[in-house]
Amino acid sequence: MYDEWLDKYEYLIDLGRNLDAFPEELKTEDRLIKGCQSRVWLDATVEGDRLYFRADSDAIITKGIISLLIGVYSGRTAREIAEDDFSFVDKLGLRENLSPTRANGLASMIETLRRTAQNQL
Amino acid sequence: MTQIENIRQEFPELGEQVYGKALVYLDNAATSQRPLSVIRKWTEMSEKYNANLHRAVHRIADLATSAYESTRDAVQKYLNAEFREEIIFTSGATASLNLVAFSFGEAFVREGDEIIVGEAEHHSNIVPWQLLCERKKAILKVLPIDDSGHLRVDLLPGLLTPKTKLVCVAHISNVLGLLNPVKEIVNICHSNNCAVLVDGAQGIVHERVDVRDLGCDFYAFSGHKVYAAPGTGVLYGRRALLEQMPPYMGGGEMIGTVRWSGSTWAPLPQKFEAGTQNIAGTPTLRPALEMAEALRNEAVEAETNAIKELILNKLQSDPRIRLYGVPDAPEEKIPLFAFSVEHVHHEDLALILDKMGIAVRSGQMCAEPLMDRYGVTGMLRVSFAPYNTVQEAEYFIASLDRAIKMLEG
Repeated sequence: MYDEWLDKYEYLIDLGRNLDAFPEELKTEDRLIKGCQSRVWLDATVEGDRLYFRADSDAIITKGIISLLIGVYSGRTAREIAEDDFSFVDKLGLRENLSPTRANGLASMIETLRRTAQNQL
Repeated sequence: MTQIENIRQEFPELGEQVYGKALVYLDNAATSQRPLSVIRKWTEMSEKYNANLHRAVHRIADLATSAYESTRDAVQKYLNAEFREEIIFTSGATASLNLVAFSFGEAFVREGDEIIVGEAEHHSNIVPWQLLCERKKAILKVLPIDDSGHLRVDLLPGLLTPKTKLVCVAHISNVLGLLNPVKEIVNICHSNNCAVLVDGAQGIVHERVDVRDLGCDFYAFSGHKVYAAPGTGVLYGRRALLEQMPPYMGGGEMIGTVRWSGSTWAPLPQKFEAGTQNIAGTPTLRPALEMAEALRNEAVEAETNAIKELILNKLQSDPRIRLYGVPDAPEEKIPLFAFSVEHVHHEDLALILDKMGIAVRSGQMCAEPLMDRYGVTGMLRVSFAPYNTVQEAEYFIASLDRAIKMLEG
């Protein structure tokens, strides 16, 4: 059980390391996601009816998690994102097992994605 | 079995497992584990002596009241307070500090007066004073620390003026783990006619507190950090001051008489104990402080010293690690260590250590101004209790290295 966890973290750390560089000038207060222990920035751009996300965090495991999230949702339509139930997070076994503060952080990330999409509708 | 192993048997939580690993609990500065004696007393109060205090003549109320009031005697004796009415029961250190901020403020603080607070204080010993200063248009001044984390007591005489009414410092900082020279601070302040409040949230756990020896005017602590039930706390206050201070909250047994034309107050200590008290919790302070006393022995001291040496050696010799609160001598440091690791986020470390079975604290530790001072967004903190072992310290060090390796790549 314990090694399984460390494997999961190794994977998230790896994802975090390989996330595309996030421009420093985009690290603004309005892109900061509230409710995480570490700092997480999310930037959204709209092309046609599709949303594209970039993100960063000063903590590497969190960066891995946000990388997973934007990997799944970047390039999808606003309607698809707004109507998604985000159940893939549970399938990955992330939500229930992460610490409460972290789980809140994840909830805040999802909420931000959802709200950004809704604003486009 | 060694003595430490015997002690550990008294704390059920220490036998728990997390993620299939034995729990290594190193977050004692946040809350300590509770011994069986405390759990039993807590349950006993609920099962056998549950009645409201002071007010009824029936048998159960009488028993509950005497359990509560005899706890006051025990706390008085433990702290070596001169009078039993100098012991006020509260819901914790935060409540004790807010009580003083309000009631001392009402009695003694006027516009333009000054309050001095140490730079390394946690929010509970900052925000009540900010609120007081806002209310009274008083001035809040800060007594700085140096880079090693030592309070600049040499600057205190220069900060004090005839308008300084109160100086508030921790006995031991919850981030730096350094013992402040309280007696020296008291001497300086008293010769300037200024009162001293000591936040003993950590001090009560690691020091043998004698309020008359310290000479402070107020001493505040939480029960849950020193093995007692959560929601319990103590304010020691010098009687002459408490008598001049108005009540903090109204209602319950804090009254003398209540008339539409105005009310009068009960004598100390009831004046400051409004509403129904923590009937089941407060009596646990007695077995809790008995445990604290029992844990002051040579075997525990030797184990604690070995842990301190081990951890200090590691944290000070590893070039990747920055320790906050660097002692000049080991005696002035309790086994509480806040640090950061170069290029590694404290939250990542805490998450990985958690999966290795180690409970640590990460973040701002309720001391944001101190984080700003050191230019960090947070730290990692490990805090040991007398029931922690050298083996746990060794396991922590090995796990920390492994976690850093994972994160450094």
